[in-house]
Amino acid sequence: MPEAGQVDPSNWVCPLPLRETKRIVMGHGGGGILSEELIENLFLPAFGSAGGVSRDSALLDVTGGRIALTTDSYVVNPLFFPGGNIGDLAVNGTINDLACSGAQPLALTAGFIVEEGLELEVLGTIAQSMGKAASEAGVSIVTGDTKVVGKGSADGLFVNTAGVGVVPDGLRIGPEQARPGDHIIVSGSVGEHGVAIMSVREGIDFGTTVTTDSAPLHRLVAAMLASVEDPNVIHSLRDPTRGGLVTAMVEIARSAGVGVELDEAKVPIPESVASACGFLGLDPLQVANEGKLVAFVDPVHSEAVLAAMRTRPEGAGAVIIGRAVAEHPGMVIARTPFGTTRVVERELGEQLPRIC
Amino acid sequence: MKYLDEFRDPAAAKSLVEAIRRSATKPWTIMEVCGGQTHSIIRNGIDQLLYGAVEFIHGPGCPVCVTPLEMIDRALEIASREDVIFCSFGDMLRVPGSKQDLFSVRARGGDVRIVYSPLDATRVAAENPDKQVVFFGVGFETTAPANAMSVLQAKRLGLTNFSLLVSHVLVPPAMTAILGASTNRVQGFLAAGHVCTVMGTGEYGPLVEKFNVPIVVTGFEPLDLLEGVRQLVELMEAGRAELRNAYPRAVTDIGNTVAQQALADVFVVTDRQWRGIGMIPQSGWTLSPRFAEFDAELKFGVGHLEVQEFAECHAGEVLQGLLKPNECPAFGTTCTPRNPLGATMVSSEGACAAYYQFRRLETSANA
Repeated sequence: MPEAGQVDPSNWVCPLPLRETKRIVMGHGGGGILSEELIENLFLPAFGSAGGVSRDSALLDVTGGRIALTTDSYVVNPLFFPGGNIGDLAVNGTINDLACSGAQPLALTAGFIVEEGLELEVLGTIAQSMGKAASEAGVSIVTGDTKVVGKGSADGLFVNTAGVGVVPDGLRIGPEQARPGDHIIVSGSVGEHGVAIMSVREGIDFGTTVTTDSAPLHRLVAAMLASVEDPNVIHSLRDPTRGGLVTAMVEIARSAGVGVELDEAKVPIPESVASACGFLGLDPLQVANEGKLVAFVDPVHSEAVLAAMRTRPEGAGAVIIGRAVAEHPGMVIARTPFGTTRVVERELGEQLPRIC
Repeated sequence: MKYLDEFRDPAAAKSLVEAIRRSATKPWTIMEVCGGQTHSIIRNGIDQLLYGAVEFIHGPGCPVCVTPLEMIDRALEIASREDVIFCSFGDMLRVPGSKQDLFSVRARGGDVRIVYSPLDATRVAAENPDKQVVFFGVGFETTAPANAMSVLQAKRLGLTNFSLLVSHVLVPPAMTAILGASTNRVQGFLAAGHVCTVMGTGEYGPLVEKFNVPIVVTGFEPLDLLEGVRQLVELMEAGRAELRNAYPRAVTDIGNTVAQQALADVFVVTDRQWRGIGMIPQSGWTLSPRFAEFDAELKFGVGHLEVQEFAECHAGEVLQGLLKPNECPAFGTTCTPRNPLGATMVSSEGACAAYYQFRRLETSANA
């Protein structure tokens, strides 16, 4: 050991190699220079946000209407899948939660829990996807947070996005607003996102590549609201993500105390999704979507709303798949192509592939 | 969808239903043996279409449902070990053992993985030489060939860390047990198409003769099932006990001889407990002594675990067709998919779960 005051070059720690690392290290979450560099060199350019004054909170100007606030965490494995990644999923998913409350999104936050060792290039690619998705949606990512956890404490990367939007005065869209007689519209084919994830997660080749349907829906919702004189004839909106179409319909039916009659043959299911689900023993109605919505609409106005939806690419495949009824409140009853009926229920937990 | 849509055509289904109704002069009681068929009948409402002409009794052909409780407990014991990666088909994870299920074991830190094929489990074994990898080999003649292949594969690769917890069961002995029971109500059988794809139809002729009962082999799509029922009703009306194959696109008389050879190499016939039914002699397969090194029961010394069923569960009567699921006092009250008393409430192929999922409306309306 050298005497006090003496310098031992062998004990020097050179910060440069660490800062040039190609992977996330604990220090990136330490709140020091590495954290700052990560924000300035990776996140801010990706999100296209101006530097400006560094504050603890983003400040937003709001005029009129009610604030809609939502949050969602994304823990998808793998981080990259056909047609998207965890980043654009996190942006679109939170925009869609706002949109289905009738809100036009104003701003998003982005929180990252990063596992030590994640390649910076991976994080950069995901951040850039988030920036691109936000920019395409016309929504800014205004504030964020990064934490790093030790190797093995997380699955590469978890992303949380919260979103703020404004619901115009007088608009009352909500799951409790559905009424008997409402027509139920789905904005397009179901099941693609879930099958896209399963195809890469399980390494199963379905013959064709199924890509995620991840897309922002706020412009579709705006078009729907603009298509009718009184936008409150659109009673309920929901994006059928985890748990699929069934869960979205059951939740609305339970909130509003109505029953649902689903015309099973009308539900648009792509052949690739149907065959993948048949192979795995899963029900396409239970499989996740990330760019679809289901709407309960006053039957007098459903055709006008449907026509408006079909003018937009994200609503081109919109169809009426059923109606709300006064009977069997809280339950979804499917009418099969054979004229018989069955109860359609949510999964208890995760979907389990059948043995044979 | 090619090869599927043509077997789901509503117009063709309607004419088959009409043909069955025309030929049935009285209500016939038939049993579909396979759980996949039960699922399809209830999902598509084929029992509703034939109401009054045909009563379906849902047979013991759901592998999840008939796997005995002690075997589930053995699986749970093995899966809880720190040195084990326990691989299983998905729907076994929620089956309640006497104290917990595989999901609970996983939540406590057990390495329990869902795989789609037992060969995935041998791959896991090759990749994790420091772990013991166990595959839960349940099911009928349908899943057994792939499980046999996994053992042959493990042997070929020289894997010493792979083993199979075997609980295979066989269809013909179960049909014999049902037909031989004094309480039997079954007048005709729909035999399980995929079992016959493997085994051929040779085992069913002797049952037809011994019990003077018609058997029609059929598939799983709505038109397959309706065509099977049409042929079965025709035979019952004519008083003819015959074996027919209504699923020729998948089933031949001799079956899959390569698969049969693998089964004969790896397994030997044994007595088996059937959950809810009891011991049926010579009704299952276990690993041949030649492959004892791959037998998880021996490797982990869990063969001694034996337990009692919940008395409140009437799954045995349901599996034998003596009770409709909604006639059970526990149905939908103390027994639901969230808190199943028996395995028939767990698997989507189980008769109780199928009734709970798809038939609650009418069962609650009739209550």
